[in-house]
This record gives sequence, structure tokens and C-alpha cells, in this order.
Amino acid sequence: MGSAADAARRAESETTRRRWLLSAPALVIIFVAAIGPLFVMLAYSFMTKGDYGDVKPIFSLDGWFSVLLQRDIFDDTLSLADANLIIMWRSLSLSAITTAATLILGFPTAYFIATRPRETREMWVFLVTIPFWTNLLIRTFAMQQVIRNEGILNSLLMWLRVINEPLPIMYTDWAVLFGMVYVYLPLMVLPLYASMEKLDFRLVEAGYDLYAGRLAVLRRVIIPLVKPGIVAGSILVFIPSLGAYVIPRVLGGGKTMMLGNLIELQFGAGRNWPLGAAMSITLMAVVMIALLFYVRNAARAGGGHG
Amino acid sequence: MPEPAVPQGKRVAIEARGIVKEFGQGAGSLRALDNVSVAIRENEFFTLLGPSGCGKTTLLRMIAGFEFPTEGAILLNGEDIAGLPPFKRPINTVFQSYALFPHLTVWENVAFGLQMLGRPKAEIASRVAAMLKLVRMEELAQRRTDQISGGQGQRVALARALAPSPKVLLLDEPLSALDYKLRKEMQIELKRMQHETGITFVFVTHDQEEALTMSDRIAVMSKGRVLQIGAPTDIYDKPADRFVADFIGESNFLPATLLSLSSGVARVKLASGAEIPATVAEGLVPRESVTIVVRPEHARAVREGGQVSGRVENVVYFGTDTHIHVALAGGGTFIVRQQNSRNGVAGFQVGDAAGIEIAADAAQVLRD
Repeated sequence: MGSAADAARRAESETTRRRWLLSAPALVIIFVAAIGPLFVMLAYSFMTKGDYGDVKPIFSLDGWFSVLLQRDIFDDTLSLADANLIIMWRSLSLSAITTAATLILGFPTAYFIATRPRETREMWVFLVTIPFWTNLLIRTFAMQQVIRNEGILNSLLMWLRVINEPLPIMYTDWAVLFGMVYVYLPLMVLPLYASMEKLDFRLVEAGYDLYAGRLAVLRRVIIPLVKPGIVAGSILVFIPSLGAYVIPRVLGGGKTMMLGNLIELQFGAGRNWPLGAAMSITLMAVVMIALLFYVRNAARAGGGHG
Repeated sequence: MPEPAVPQGKRVAIEARGIVKEFGQGAGSLRALDNVSVAIRENEFFTLLGPSGCGKTTLLRMIAGFEFPTEGAILLNGEDIAGLPPFKRPINTVFQSYALFPHLTVWENVAFGLQMLGRPKAEIASRVAAMLKLVRMEELAQRRTDQISGGQGQRVALARALAPSPKVLLLDEPLSALDYKLRKEMQIELKRMQHETGITFVFVTHDQEEALTMSDRIAVMSKGRVLQIGAPTDIYDKPADRFVADFIGESNFLPATLLSLSSGVARVKLASGAEIPATVAEGLVPRESVTIVVRPEHARAVREGGQVSGRVENVVYFGTDTHIHVALAGGGTFIVRQQNSRNGVAGFQVGDAAGIEIAADAAQVLRD
């Protein structure tokens, strides 16, 4: 009696053990490659900075302290670290604008692809992914060629006599914005297209039939139905925008730094690893809070369908 | 081409006049509708009946505003609406797949049209409640549309289309997704709703039985043309041409020679030599050699006599009646449907000699 139950239990624990063993390589990789470094960062953020970069294993809150505050070197008074705050605000606002701009540009693009005949849709999707074939750095330098003073855009506008002098776009927030919209647009188009491809266009007809004009159909039928794609695309664009490094470095120069550049500065020239680590974790926290806020909002507005 | 007859007293609600619809251009173009004219009266249950690909759905979509005619006009109460988009037509559709909004509840689905028309909240609430009551869905008002059954979805689609009180309600094969029993129920329900609302219904179906049981009038369509328009009894008893006779119910076709014609009744001579009277549809000028049609239940198999004769080929028992297939002496098969009584079946065996007695006014001359 008991032996049968025992055998069953033994067999079950055997299966469980085997499953753990099977997933062990994946778990090791996840731990070593993803979670481990985070712990290293967390530990570094609470240590004292070394003289030539690196950290000394002495507990200190200086890193965290310097994220938002600065101490006057003469009279030791505390004040907000304006430079850091400006860079954080620029990162957040530029990322938000990039997300909005890619959404505005990507929505009609995805709609266009989704309404093509089935045979030609794959070709359009393929065309959207072509920029991924080129390295990000090269694409960013290419963008520089477009927007610099003697670049294609300014030459064209001057040739058309729209402007008399070249627009100084390079090394401004605009340059960073152009670059990020260009680079991240496919990340918005693809999830949007995936949602729209599933859209039942008979529902659009039903909307028209029930006295909804074009705008009302867009607002009341299409957007609620493709909301999962809007949410996914926004997340995919917002997160890398917030941490963007190459684009602000190449197009923004030293004047328009973003969080990614600021963090790099601490690990490089700044030689302040604890501050860099604390900033990285701050960035992660900002991303997570923004996401939580966004996803919850989207879920509520979509009546549980987002 | 029979002209749509409009009797006095009843006004025309919606009319399609000389509609031509071509898809594509040049040599590869497809003519989906070829000079179609129909006049549908107020408060009528009108059915467009035909096999798939006959253009009935294209015509319906044109009335709704989803397609635009290549030629011709769509008139609503005498005004041409062919250029108006769907959202500017006081016409609503019950779609074949229902097309309920999955992100909205049952209540919100029914309220959609009224909200788009900008009606006051109180009016919307009372109107939606009334519509849900009409389709008996009050209890499920707050359900999501993926939490209701196919039959319930059908009711919601109806309530949604009826809520804005359209002048005309279009129904695109709304019952085809339902099982037999539910379909029968919904047929009766639809008739009830049409009576209660007084709205003109334009119904599209390929199911001849559905068309016969529900419609006030039927337009039979084939290959982009309207072949016949009339009440179910007219369509069934007096089919104008071979396609209509064949598509609706069962028919026997006999070749005959025209002898004389007076006031809509012809005397024709059958291949067997028998002379019988046959009705001729209005406006039809028959040639000398014609085809006549006789419905299986309008003839009787007899031991002796009859206008045509042959040998029993098959006897098929159907419960309420029996079909006797008689191979005619001159070639071809004639099917007779005889009602079974308490005394048993007609009593014919395969191989028996049988005569066929055609009822006095059963034969009809077909348009070729």
C-alpha cells in the first residue's frame, strides 16, 4: 500500500530534479549575465570611489548622495545638482517626445502595411527592417551627414530657397531627437503592425455603418483594438531612448548629454564608479516606474483588454 | 428584365436603379452587377436570394455604402444617396460575422450608434434598454462580447443595428452561422422584430427555404442579374425562368410546342401528344418551341391515363410524402411528390407502368 505511494512520490521528485537540471544552463546564464552584474552595480554604488577609477570596499553613501545633490567645495552647503537634474530632465523629455513622434509616424506606416494585399505585406515589413542591417554607429554618422550645416537637408532647403542660411541642427536637442526617431522608428512600426494585422477590418466597417466618421472610427474602434501594439511599441522605444548613448554622443556633442553619457562619464573621465553605479540604478528605477505607470494606465483605459 | 412593380398605397423606401458594378478595369474587369433594379417598399421584408457569387452581397454593400456603383443610382425616399459614405446613411447592417466590437460590452455595443449620433445620455440609456429587451438580452448587458454564444451575438448585432432606428435594416446572411434549430427560432424572431419596429428589412440569403418562409417579396439573382421579383408564392408557383425554377424547390421540365395563346394562358402540346394549358408570365412572348415547368406536388402518378407516361424508376420515402421518379417514354425523368396518408404510400413499385396527371393550372411556360 505505502510502497506504491512512495514509489510514485519518488518518481515525482525524480522528474522535478531532472527538470531543474535541464533548466540549469539557462538559469546560470540568466543569473551570471543579467542578475549578477546588477548586484555588482548595487554593491559598487555603496562603496567609496578609488583614486584612479575602481572602488575601495569601504561603505559610503557618497555615490547616492551625488546623484541629486552637491556639496559646495568652500562652505559645505548642500544644493541640488543642477547639471545632473537638467540631464535627467532632458533624457526623460526627449525620450517621451521620441516615443510620441515614432507613434505618430509609425501608426500610419503600420496601418498602410496592414492594409496592403497579403502577398506584398511581407515585402513592406522587410523594408522596414533594412536599417537594422547597418551598425547603429554608422547609421548615426549617416544622420550627421543629413543634418549638418553643409548636409543634405540644409542644402536641399537652401536650394529650394526655403531658408537663406543653414539651420544649425547639429549639437542641439533637435539633432538628438531626429537621430532617436530615425533609429527607433522600426521598433514602433513592427509591434504596431503585428497588432494591426490581426485587426478585423469588418469592425471598421461596422463603425462606419453605425455613424462613426473617420476620426471617430480611429478613436473608438481602431486605437482601442491595436492598443497592445501601441503599448509594446512605446515600451520598446521609450526604454532604449532613455538610456541612449551613441546617438546623443555623436549628434548632441558635449552640450546635449543624456543619462547614458552622464553615466559613461562617471566610469570614464569622472573616475567616480559609485556615482555611475548609483545613476545606473536610478535610471533603471525611473524606467520601471514609468513602465508601471504606463502599463497600468493603458490597462485601465482599455477596459482590461490592453 | 422585369421592371420592379410598385403597387399603389405603399411607398418605396429604397430603390436601386440600373445598377452596374465592375470590379477591376479593362479586359480583366469583372461585372458583379449588371443593370440591376429593385424597388423595396416601406415596412417590407425583402429578400435577395441567389447562389454565392450572384452579386446579392455586393448590392447590399452598395445600399449600405461600402461599395459605390459604377453606374446607376441608389435612392432613399427618392433621393440619390449613391455618393454618401456609410456613416451618413440612415441605414444599418447586421453583418454576417456580426462584427461586434470586442473591446466593448454588450451594452456599449448597442449604444455605439446612438453615441455617434450624439444623442443625450438619458435617451441612449432608455433606447438601449428597450433594444436589449426586444432581443431578450437584458441580463447579459454587461457581458463582454466574447462571453456570449453565437445566437446571443446574433441578437446583440440586431439590437445594435436597430438601436439608431434606421430607415432600412440590411441583413447579410445573418443566420448562416447558427445551427438548424436556432436558425428556425431566429427566423420567427426576425419576423416578430420587423413587425414590432416597422422597419424595412433587406435580407440576403442563399437559403431558398429561409427566403420563402420569411419574405414579403423575393428578388432571385444569378450572375449579377435579377431574374424575378415577387411574393414567395409567385416565385414558387410561377417561376419566370429555368434558373428560378431549378434554384427554388424541385421542378420538372418538359419540352412542348406552343399551339395558341390567349390572355396569359397558352395551349401547349407535349412530346407525348397530350395538350395542356400553361400559364405565361406577363410580358413574355413565347416562341413556338417552349419549355414548361411543373412542380412535383402539382402532379399525380396514376395507374392508367395521364398526360405523359412511363415506368417507375425509383420510389423515395420521406415520411410526410413519397417521391416517385418516373422515366418518361420520350426520355427524361418526371418526379411526382405524393403525400402519404394513413392508408400507406401510393403503392407504386419500381418497374411499374405509371401515367402522370398534371393538375389543371400547374404548368408554366418558362422564359428561355
